[in-house]
Amino acid sequence: MSKERKILDSDAVKRAMTRIAHEVVERNKGVESVVLVGIRKGGEPMARRLAQLLTEIEGRPVPRGFMDVTMYRDDIFHQKTHPKVHKTEIDFDIEGKVVVLVDDVLFTGRTIRAAMDALMDFGRPRSIQLAVLVDRGHRELPIRADFVGRNLPTARGDRVKVKFGEGAEEDQVVLIEAEENAAEPAGNEGGK
Amino acid sequence: MKTLIKGGRLVDPGQGLDEPRDVLMDKGKIEALLDPGGKVSTGVRTVDAKDCLVVPGLIDMHVHLREPGQEYKETIASGAAAAAAGGFTAVACMANTKPCNDSAAVTDYILERAKAAKQVFVYPIGAATPGLSGEGMAEIADLKEHGCVAISDDGRPIMNAELARRLLEYCKGFDIPVVSHPEDLNLSAGGAMHEGYISTQLGLPGIPAEAEEVMVARDILLAELTGGRLHLAHVSTAGSVRLVREAKSRGAAVTCETAPHYFTLTQEAVRDLEYHTSTKMNPPLRTQEDREAIIQGLRDGTIDAIASDHAPHSPVEKDVEFILAMNGIVGLETSLGLALKLVHEGWLSFSQLVERMSVAPARILGIPGGTLRPGSPAHVTVIDPAREWTVDVAQFKSKSRNSPFQGWKLRGRAVQVWVEGKKIV
Amino acid sequence: MALLVKHMLGLEQVEREDIETILDTAASLQEISYRPVKKVPTLRGKTQVNLFFEPSTRTRTSFEIAGKRLSADVVNFTASASSLSKGETLADTARNLWAMRPDILVVRHSAAGAPHLLAKLLDTPIINAGDGAHEHPTQALLDMFTVREKKRKLSGLKVVIAGDIAHSRVARSNIYGFSKMGAEVWVVGPPTLIPPGIERMGARVSYRLEEAIPDADVIMMLRIQLERGAGSLFPSLREYAIRFGLNPARMRLCKPDVLVMHPGPINRGVEISPEVADGPYSVILDQVEAGVAVRMALLYLLCAGAEHEDTDQGRT
Repeated sequence: MSKERKILDSDAVKRAMTRIAHEVVERNKGVESVVLVGIRKGGEPMARRLAQLLTEIEGRPVPRGFMDVTMYRDDIFHQKTHPKVHKTEIDFDIEGKVVVLVDDVLFTGRTIRAAMDALMDFGRPRSIQLAVLVDRGHRELPIRADFVGRNLPTARGDRVKVKFGEGAEEDQVVLIEAEENAAEPAGNEGGK
Repeated sequence: MKTLIKGGRLVDPGQGLDEPRDVLMDKGKIEALLDPGGKVSTGVRTVDAKDCLVVPGLIDMHVHLREPGQEYKETIASGAAAAAAGGFTAVACMANTKPCNDSAAVTDYILERAKAAKQVFVYPIGAATPGLSGEGMAEIADLKEHGCVAISDDGRPIMNAELARRLLEYCKGFDIPVVSHPEDLNLSAGGAMHEGYISTQLGLPGIPAEAEEVMVARDILLAELTGGRLHLAHVSTAGSVRLVREAKSRGAAVTCETAPHYFTLTQEAVRDLEYHTSTKMNPPLRTQEDREAIIQGLRDGTIDAIASDHAPHSPVEKDVEFILAMNGIVGLETSLGLALKLVHEGWLSFSQLVERMSVAPARILGIPGGTLRPGSPAHVTVIDPAREWTVDVAQFKSKSRNSPFQGWKLRGRAVQVWVEGKKIV
Repeated sequence: MALLVKHMLGLEQVEREDIETILDTAASLQEISYRPVKKVPTLRGKTQVNLFFEPSTRTRTSFEIAGKRLSADVVNFTASASSLSKGETLADTARNLWAMRPDILVVRHSAAGAPHLLAKLLDTPIINAGDGAHEHPTQALLDMFTVREKKRKLSGLKVVIAGDIAHSRVARSNIYGFSKMGAEVWVVGPPTLIPPGIERMGARVSYRLEEAIPDADVIMMLRIQLERGAGSLFPSLREYAIRFGLNPARMRLCKPDVLVMHPGPINRGVEISPEVADGPYSVILDQVEAGVAVRMALLYLLCAGAEHEDTDQGRT
């Protein structure tokens, strides 16, 4: 049996998110030109949460959109079953904006690479920043996050599950450790 | 040297025999039918036929041998070898060669090639009209004189009813049957399979059963009008069986044949084999009701004969879009196996099978064979009815491979074929 | 997420589950066509061959655009430009093309079953872009997509297909598709244009438009082949237009939210009057737009599916 360990509980997630929100405001001296793009699916609830926090802090709405990067992935033809394609919804102009990409877990960096490529097809942002709740290491590309909720050392075969609770549900981050001899490859879409 | 086929079960409906007998052959003829277990005199070669049926040599009265003209599909030699392998001792070949058999010269050529092949007997069927044009009459008396046993434009119907009438009349004078290819070309025009639910589903133009039945009815009426001898080729529908049954009950001089695919397969094969062109033939595979009516017709004698309509085609004609593919399948090497299926399933007796595949064809065409009565030619087929085998087109003696029965497991096949007392298989 | 089928030869063999996957994927991909850069790199390095043995501008163009939006290298091979006229068989042509290593073939042919022949011969995924009077699955998929976008459902709808049902691959694919999705399909036309046994495919038959259209949610008018007008199937285009054409008078019998569809190209004034084709009920141009998204979805799902068996390792 693989072992599950809770890394962040609801309060810890809230604190991390609040800190990220303040860092975004601080770095960009407000949110005037900031837009958020959550990477589907994991980055979607986090982007909603972050947009809400930024609005509360700055007192003005922050545009947010969602992006599916499936069609930009470099592993479509290496998967046993290829991933479901979700809708991309960016109904604002990103030209000249600071785009904060939002994802729950940063792992190999390949998803972020795909997301940056996709973003470029929507226009030319002034800059792209990256916000993640968990950075679990094992990068395969030269990518790093600008805003990190928690740095978490993991083994390659581990899995990190992030849950942003809805309503009365608890937020939490759980680490599922790989079994001793499991030579399981480092997951696919969900296994970040 | 005399030969004794020993230990078999003799089935010879002409003599009303279905019992263990040994068959003694000498000088190309049947010398005697002996009670089993008798002492074999010296100087007699014995051949074992234990657990086998010994029957009058099978006759396929409707084949296409393609020579002259389309030797890449089949030659008289390869077709005759395929016939022998399938258990036949004689075949009748249709006239649609290139040039077609509308002259004594072509008839002579066919007979010459058949003789050289030293296999089964080949009986040419002469063209009814010059160049199979459907207009005017071929030199029928001359064709008969040179060895044609019937006349037919098979592959094409005689659409002109007046000409069809005159052919039946003229042939009456020479006691030669007219073999009709019953199809109304206007009703079948452009069709690629049976018209019905499956053709709708597959988006293929259909040929209604009535395209056949209209002509069966017309030809029966003309045969009754003229008193000529009509033989209907490859009957495939319940309606045709009904029309022939009624005609026979009136005493009309009508005979007919069907082919194994019509009592074995149905239109669904075109769909199930995904447009495989080995399911394309003319007439097309019909419905289950038609198939059952064909079997019933074979059972009650409405259908006189089983003939394969052996129609070899090369990949050039068959490895193409369904609508463009030529009609027909090879049948000589699967005909007996498929007919035996009817016996194993209880539809026909062995005696009826021999009647349909030997006795009736000999009678309709007026050719030797169809019996093992002492004094008749020693054309004998020995059938092991229990022998299981798998159809493998790669093993066919025929030059062509266009069979929908590839891979089928069949029970029963010919194990010896004797033509004039000589063993050719 | 892979399809159950390896080829898209027709909707007859396709499960409802696959239809839903294709329509859902198309819905996600439609947005790409609205971007400043209308292209994603998904099929980069893949070769799509459009093998068209029958003239077709719009279907071929739609497939070409779909492939290009996915970054596939799209090659068009049309019969007029090919060696077919020199007596080469379809099988020969196919083997020749295959030797050039395409990753997916889109086939249009006037002979029913031609894509099936290719599927037997080749190891490449094949999309049937219309074979004779048999099937035209991508047309039916885009029709279902269009209706689903407008009505938010397919189940329970009444779909009337009117015209030359006998010779229509669009009708056949739509009968299968809409029936599988729970819609009720009617076919309407003169008896000579209704093929035998069509009821067994799941369609109700009527010989009168007035009988079928009043409670219809969707009316799909089929193109009448002008050359059939002179044949023995119906007397004249004039009589056809009067009896079976969709015109404003007949539209007044319909529900206010009815959708009018046509696979194109339209014979204005024959099966559909200009007022109706350009009117508020018409979703004809939505159909064309949906065509690109649906074909993108199929190309993606079939192309990506092609290598499943060779691959055993997934990584992020």
